[in-house]
Parts: sequence; structure tokens; C-alpha cells
Amino acid sequence: MPHDHHDHDHDTPHSHTGMSPSGHPYRQDQDQPLTYWQNMEISIRELMIEKGIFTELEIMHAIDSMDSRSPADGAKVVARAWTDPEFNARLLADGSAASREMGFDIGAMRLIAVENTKTVHNVIVCTLCSCYPRNLLGLPPDWYKQRAYRSRVVKTPRAVLKEFGLTLPEDVTIRVHDSTADMRYIVIPARPQGTETLSEEALAALVSRDSMIGVALAVIPK
Amino acid sequence: MPLPLETAPFSVCPMDKKDSRRWHDMGGLDGAPIDMAEHDYALWEKRVDALLVLSTTKGFFTVDGLRRVIEDLGPAYYEKMSYYERWVHSVNQNLIEAGAYSLGELGAKMAEVAARGETYGDCAGCHDD
Amino acid sequence: MMTERVRVKEMFPPGHVRTPFYLRGKTGEIERSLGPFGNPEQLAYGVSADELPMHRVRFTMAEIWGSDAENPRDTLDAEIYSHWLTPIKD
Repeated sequence: MPHDHHDHDHDTPHSHTGMSPSGHPYRQDQDQPLTYWQNMEISIRELMIEKGIFTELEIMHAIDSMDSRSPADGAKVVARAWTDPEFNARLLADGSAASREMGFDIGAMRLIAVENTKTVHNVIVCTLCSCYPRNLLGLPPDWYKQRAYRSRVVKTPRAVLKEFGLTLPEDVTIRVHDSTADMRYIVIPARPQGTETLSEEALAALVSRDSMIGVALAVIPK
Repeated sequence: MPLPLETAPFSVCPMDKKDSRRWHDMGGLDGAPIDMAEHDYALWEKRVDALLVLSTTKGFFTVDGLRRVIEDLGPAYYEKMSYYERWVHSVNQNLIEAGAYSLGELGAKMAEVAARGETYGDCAGCHDD
Repeated sequence: MMTERVRVKEMFPPGHVRTPFYLRGKTGEIERSLGPFGNPEQLAYGVSADELPMHRVRFTMAEIWGSDAENPRDTLDAEIYSHWLTPIKD
């Protein structure tokens, strides 16, 4: 999983112990006292299995499917769009169809791709809940689901982007997209200058999760 | 800091227009600086996610039903419960409403699960092996 | 191309709706039209849902926030179901 922030590993109660392979702390889980809500999860799951409505395998498969999705998938879509103008046109016309064309299992998700240019910068939010293109990019970051981001980015996007380390010129129009209904969104960040000779694979490595939400730009290669 | 609840312009049961913004509908309100800390999801949270995915694909309810029950929790529970705690509450409520199982069955199952041990690891194992 | 201007209705029903509070009463332009999609206000309660057109409406920050806008020319797009929109005739 790509690292999107430089300030990830600041001190949290979990730091330095039990970090996951992605470098994030795990939430408390197996070894803590059972909570009421964890009990409810176990109970619903077992009831649904006992009744023959779900199977153990279906639950495992659903978890595996979600785990297999990551921002790297979206980065491949972006890199293809950067290198293939016809694919880019298809992606802008129908984000779902273009993602499926690349072999990604996005289920029934309806995806709209919005393109950053020299004059337009797009940023995605869901003010009402936490809608996110999870069937392509995996589950959203914590901050995307929290009150601070959801409440503020629709009113003061420039101040919020500054907190992410991104300051945009006043003559760049910011388009905020509030995912209020059936569509999900991915930002196609602008392709950095000086990347003309890079392979599609090398280009994909420049595309972070945050750049596809619109709170960062694509990485400029050294 | 989250918005103090006593001054928040939210209502569970709106009585007029100025009072009718519900707690989850937060676009444009003031807020704290963004907390960039990230966590990976715990197994039980992934399982809640899977229960939602399977429940909706099998037609028991829709994601709109998931949201409706979470919204109806009211603002206090947004602060008290974690994201997937709200989800599992809502998945359960929607499955009850859809007739997938009864409250009596759930109550008996939760008592049985709690009796298995102290931790999630103790209680989440394969009970019927 | 002709743009279609719409105003978001100022309705405040006490339940599950997908029209954000901050956009009610605001005027924008239809960016694109989508759907039909099931009405979430019915789906949320487990009743059979009407299929409705849904529109992506683009608002200027000046329209939404007035003099509080950070940059009045920045925009906000949101998906609004047709029954929440009133066409504005020039």
C-alpha cells in the first residue's frame, strides 16, 4: 500500500508495536476483552450461517475481495489514461466500463473520473456519510470518514488542501465533488512534467491514493 | 475538537426548519484540523463489512437502509461509537427488520458467544466444530 | 450548449434524504444527468422505490457561501434527485 503522508508514523498509542505490513497500527482486536459490538458481529455472522443464508466461504471471499483492492489498482487506471488518449476518453465517458476493461472487479460501482488540468483541480468528499470508490481503491483512510474533512472541505477546500501540504494558485479553479448519491469518484491527477520517457508501470508508482482523492498531486520523479 | 453537542445545530427529531439539520449532514460546518492518523482494519471490522456486502447483494436491505439507521442514532452516538460499531448496529437492525432472524434468536446467540471466553479471539472461534 | 439552471427545493422532511442541508435553496447548473436510480428516500425504509432521474448540479462557491466563499469561482458538484429540483426559466 503506498504511503501518502510523510507524517504517518507520528506517535500514537500503538506506534512501534504491532505495526501492520502497510506500516499502520492495527486496531485493537483479538486479545482485548470482547466488546458488545464485537459480540454482535460474531452472533449475526453465526446466525446467518446457521440459517444457510450466508456461508463461511462467502464471508471469507468478501473479506479477501476487499483486501485485494488497493490504491495501486486506481494508479494503474490513471497511468493508462496518461499514456493512452483513447482510454482516457473512455475513462472520462464511463469510469466503470474503463476500469472493468482493465480487468478490475468493481462490482456494481458507478464511477465518474474527473481530470485535473492546468486550470482545474478536483477534490472528492462525501459530506453525508463516507461514499468512496472502495471497489477500485479499497477502503478509505480514516480522515476521509471523519467530521473535520467532511464538514470543511466543501466550504474551505483551499485551507483543507493546505493542511495536506497542497497550495494551489488562485487562478486554478477548485471543483469539489460531494458524493451525495449513486456515483463514486476518482481524480485523474495531472501527469507531471518530465515523465515522457517513463513506462506505464513507472508512471503508476507516481500516483498516490491521496492524489486520486484530490488532496495531493502526482509525485514528481527525482 | 468535535463540535460541542449542546451547541450543535443538529436534531434527532427536527421540529422546525432552523432545527432540521441532522447530525450526519455536516457539509459547511466548522471543524477541527484534519487528523491524518491511519489504522488498518481489525478482523471483526472486516467481517462487519463483509456482512453488509453479503446482506445487500442478497437483497435483505440496501445501503440506504444502512445509512438510515446510523443517522437515526443521533449525534451523541457518533462520538461514542466507532465507525464499524455504528455499522454492525445498523446491519443488525436492518436484518431484524427484514426478518432474517428474530431478537430472541440474537439475544440467545449473544449470551452463548459471551460465555465462550474473555476476548474476541476466544469467542469468535469455530463454535460448532 | 444551453445550460439548464435549477434550484434545490427548500424541504426539510425528518428522515433519510440525500440532499445536503447546505445546498437547499441554492441555484446551480446541471452538469450532467444520470439514472434513473431508485429513490433512496424509499429504499432506506425497505419499501419499493420509484426510479428517478438524478442530476449532477454544479454550484459556485459564491452561490453557496456568499461572502464567506474562499474563492467565489471555485465550484461544488453534487448529485441531486429530480424531485428535489425546480427548473429556473429565464
